[in-house]
Amino acid sequence: MILRKQHRVLIFGITGKQGTFWGAEMIKYGTNVVGGVNPRKAGQEHLGLPVYASASHAAQELDFHTALFFVPPAACKQAARDACEAGAKVVICLTEHIPVQDVMEMITIARLNGTQIIGPNTAGMVTPGEAFAGIMPGFNNKVFKEGSIGVISRSGSLGTLVCLNLAQNDLGQSAFYGIGGDPIIGTNTREALKHLNEDRKTKAIVICGEIGGTAEEEASELARTIDKPVVAFIAGKSSPEGKKMGHAGAIVSGNSGSYKAKRGHLEKNGIQVADIPSQIPGLLKAHDGLS
Amino acid sequence: MANLCEFSGKKLLATAGIKIPKSKLATSVDEAATAFREIGPCVLKAQIPTGKRGKSGGIRKADSLEEATDMAESMFGMDIAGHAVKKILLEEVADIVTECYVAIMNDTRTKGPILVFSTMGGMDVEEISQQDPSQMIFKPIPFGDSISREFLKQTIGHLPHVTDKMIDTIQQLFQVYRSNDAELLEINPLVITGHGDIIALDCKFILDDSSIYRQEKLEGEIAPEIQTELEMRASQSGLKYIELDGNVGVIANGAGLTMTSMDAITYFGGKPANFLEIGGEAYTKSREALEILLQNPNVKSILVNFCGAFARTDVMTEGIVKAWKELKPDIPVFFSINGTGYLEAIAMVREELNLEPCDLMDEAVIKAVEAAG
Repeated sequence: MILRKQHRVLIFGITGKQGTFWGAEMIKYGTNVVGGVNPRKAGQEHLGLPVYASASHAAQELDFHTALFFVPPAACKQAARDACEAGAKVVICLTEHIPVQDVMEMITIARLNGTQIIGPNTAGMVTPGEAFAGIMPGFNNKVFKEGSIGVISRSGSLGTLVCLNLAQNDLGQSAFYGIGGDPIIGTNTREALKHLNEDRKTKAIVICGEIGGTAEEEASELARTIDKPVVAFIAGKSSPEGKKMGHAGAIVSGNSGSYKAKRGHLEKNGIQVADIPSQIPGLLKAHDGLS
Repeated sequence: MANLCEFSGKKLLATAGIKIPKSKLATSVDEAATAFREIGPCVLKAQIPTGKRGKSGGIRKADSLEEATDMAESMFGMDIAGHAVKKILLEEVADIVTECYVAIMNDTRTKGPILVFSTMGGMDVEEISQQDPSQMIFKPIPFGDSISREFLKQTIGHLPHVTDKMIDTIQQLFQVYRSNDAELLEINPLVITGHGDIIALDCKFILDDSSIYRQEKLEGEIAPEIQTELEMRASQSGLKYIELDGNVGVIANGAGLTMTSMDAITYFGGKPANFLEIGGEAYTKSREALEILLQNPNVKSILVNFCGAFARTDVMTEGIVKAWKELKPDIPVFFSINGTGYLEAIAMVREELNLEPCDLMDEAVIKAVEAAG
């Protein structure tokens, strides 16, 4: 999905420190936040919005489209079941360090209910000029400007850097699509690429990948078949093998997930790969209609 | 990474009802001798969390007590791929008729567990795949509490040696994978003996790092990672620090940005001294981060690269600035700060350190590389 300002967002954990800070920023920016969930504070108001015991309680009183999780790792599985069964179309899970088998269960539940999970361990979604959901500085106009570049990123910090490089070169974004740094995620690079390809505002797509796994390789097979220009940056060229580089998913073992293998695969499929993020704007501007 | 040694993994297998060879763990030559007296001719296996033990002399067969003690003595002094051998498993010699390969692991592509099976066990996966990829079965397992017999029969039932007993064993393996939060459970070889028994001759088990909190019983079994002193200190402070051989120190927030900072240093002709990220929940620990970085004598300049999303750059910068004023390091430092809280952060660097942060990352990287020489 691409987050729109009409999308009604329910924030799990809205009353916590981070939920409050980011929830307030989201509302100020224009995100259509309709309520929150916290079983211990049901019935109260927070940020001027009703707080419910669960998504299913919330669903009795209001409609919502997206559930955004500021939820501790051990509670995410249950929260996802609640949100999916209450009819959430999308769950954006920001939480890092969820047991991987819980994530698999969350994805299984989501499939049964027709819910899309974004994350876990994502920084969220930003649609400049419309809405943002998550922990990205969507409100920072040095980083995010309305435009036509779709950005997919496993990492929030690298995504911010790339969006900054784009904005500084007058390339605004149609959407920032944070998919998350975990090895198993609900929406992978290929699926995010498909969504951005279907988005009419998006004219070109940047994939911010990193070493580990095969997400970029899978996406490159799709990228070859679409008309919109796709460029990529892969972080981790100078990272040692066999070590987890901060993200649970960022690890090279043998040939699998290596920088060389990824770059080779992307280039073979006609995707230009930037050596450093500051080269991305130039690569994009070389395409018609983007300069 | 939370690797378990073979003997720890095998305990989990035995608990689930999977047969393992008769064995004893020895931590000294004397214990090895006692074990030999009990078991008889056996295989001595160095207990270290790495593959390729056989090729490094970490797996040897002893036919006599004398041989066993000699081997134990030399093995205890060994260093295999950086791991000192401190434990040896002495295991009875199995009556091998057929060797299979079986693994259950988390699969990024299908977002669930995957079963990998071959009747060509003994070799490693890459070798089998190279020799004959058709002999390797990869099949996503529908996620649930157990794996059904029907599924296994459909997936591997057509292969030779796949008996009801084999299917039982794989079901038990899935229990081990599920109930212990494995990221990878690999048995190579899983052998069929002359009596038709199925025995796990080896066991590789990687515990999902994010599940350690609910696998308390396994916490003590995790084989220690090879770490430098500073790396150990950093992990005690909850920071992810990896020492490298360059001279430009790196402090950045978030895994992606930190790797990118290292890549940019390399791109502009320098060499990063470390990976050190203070993103996520660790963003308040910039002081500890700086202290660790400064203890690496190779560091000749420092790059502080912040792009705040969740991690507030004002909070991270405040920690760095305060620590810098106290510690007064005699090393040049270059800042690039953007994202959440950047205006406050930049003002702090200007006022407190009398330094001008670079507008973009590249500029700070180039300066840091030049200063490091």
